[in-house]
Amino acid sequence: METRLPNTVRPAFDAHERDDTVIVNIGPSHPATHGTVQIIAELDGERVLRTDIHPGYLHRGFEKECESHTWHNLIPYVDRLNYVSALINDFAYCEAVEKLMGIEITPRCRYLRTLLSEYSRLVDHLTCVAAGLMELGAMTAFLYLVMIRDFMYEHLAALTGARVTYTYGRIGGVARDLPDGWLTRLKEILTQYEDFVGRVHGLVDRNRIFIDRMRDVGTITTAVALDYGYTGPILRSTGAPRDLRKDTPYLAYAELDFDVPVGIKGDNYDRYFVRMREMDESVYMMRQLMDMLPAGPINVDDRRCVLPEKDLVYTEIESLINHFKVIMDGPKVPAGEVYSAHESPNGELGFYLVSTGEGVPWKVHVRAPSFVHMGGAHKMLDGFQLADIVPTFGSINMIGGECDR
Amino acid sequence: MAAGILDRVAEALAPDATSAGVAHGILVLTLPPEALLPVVRRLKSELGFDLFLDVTAVDWMPQAPRFEVVWHFYSTQHHVRVRLKTRVPEADPVVDSLLPLYGAASFMERECHDMYGIGFRGNADLRPVLLYEGFVGHPLRKDYPKEQEQPLVPYRS
Repeated sequence: METRLPNTVRPAFDAHERDDTVIVNIGPSHPATHGTVQIIAELDGERVLRTDIHPGYLHRGFEKECESHTWHNLIPYVDRLNYVSALINDFAYCEAVEKLMGIEITPRCRYLRTLLSEYSRLVDHLTCVAAGLMELGAMTAFLYLVMIRDFMYEHLAALTGARVTYTYGRIGGVARDLPDGWLTRLKEILTQYEDFVGRVHGLVDRNRIFIDRMRDVGTITTAVALDYGYTGPILRSTGAPRDLRKDTPYLAYAELDFDVPVGIKGDNYDRYFVRMREMDESVYMMRQLMDMLPAGPINVDDRRCVLPEKDLVYTEIESLINHFKVIMDGPKVPAGEVYSAHESPNGELGFYLVSTGEGVPWKVHVRAPSFVHMGGAHKMLDGFQLADIVPTFGSINMIGGECDR
Repeated sequence: MAAGILDRVAEALAPDATSAGVAHGILVLTLPPEALLPVVRRLKSELGFDLFLDVTAVDWMPQAPRFEVVWHFYSTQHHVRVRLKTRVPEADPVVDSLLPLYGAASFMERECHDMYGIGFRGNADLRPVLLYEGFVGHPLRKDYPKEQEQPLVPYRS
């Protein structure tokens, strides 16, 4: 029997476990999976015996590139890690730098960042759930969710000027304040969101086909999830109420009222439902935040990192020099190291930064939840059907940008 | 509350560490390389640090020993983090693998091996994970130029 793999790139196994199995290669570019990832699977009939997962096809040297740009220049780069919720990356990175510099952001900025983090989480979960449903053939539900998501993209574009990669965070604040009428439109969108998500619940929650494909498929226990470093919705779907927003509150989360939804058995259905419930909690938090948002400046008054007003740059020499130094040399971040983590839609997004006191980082390392999740994804694939790889992989929500960096 | 727990952890592990201190809310312990496995074993079984977050390295070229390997752990029970650091020389950049204790170590150690060429004793599977077979060098080392070009790998069919 031919024992060589059709694709010999980095196989974990090239010999068959038994002589009646087939080894197949799925991806890295496969129409039924989202994310550029290669899965090598050994099959017994249609049942998956074991899998070997190869990420890395979107590796673009993010961490190396960071070491030759100023702290300020990195903001557009971190946007492109998890490009579905770029604002959370922005704010997590900015907070890590602010910790090193000893900056405390203004109250308005703190609430604004919290509001936008939840908005980003909503968009991310909408994308994940919509794509997962589409892969199962639920085209109507997909279009409902993606329509709402597009309202949100356009709405965020009105604030930031970009649909997906916003580059909106700044060290010490945010790029600009809310435009007039932005919160009014937000309220409208949230009402529409509730209408359409209600319809999706009605379409799929008790749908026999959906339940058969999702319930008891891709199951993972809390113990295995913790062993493989899982965080976020996948860990919560196993029944563990672990959420950094509750456990180690940052930004304004300590002042908000919200629940941490958990699943009961850690299967695909629970992951779907945990995400749907988390979206509702995000909306609940955003409504609280809209009422709490205080007036005041959005940037701290710190000339080390915040750019001076444009009209001052053009009229006085001190501001011109200040602008020049911050742009050309970068903000001088005191020597030291910091690890700062936010609860991103996929789990713990940590930035480990090392500074030697220069305007350019010595090291930037991202603890990307998607990468860690890929390390244990075989635990959710092995033992199930070949066709289950598609919904299970969808429910892991692997984002190539942050996984491969 | 968190500070009390960190003090307890620091006290329990201080005999093995060369230095201990809290920075930005994280307990930082510097260890000799041989103390790593016993310390992590105690962190996991006695002190409740059940989540292995991350392993990476920092290249301090031209200092010696050159590499500083850094691990992060989180306790889902106490909600605190611990950072362990150890220095290894360029000639023998090898530390113990945490694979016997945490499954998550598998992928993360592969990445660290890719990027810095750090060896992990006890992890037999250090295939490239973000890079590819045939990649020459370790890109996050400071002496790897950003513009370096790689040899063409043979066409695989």
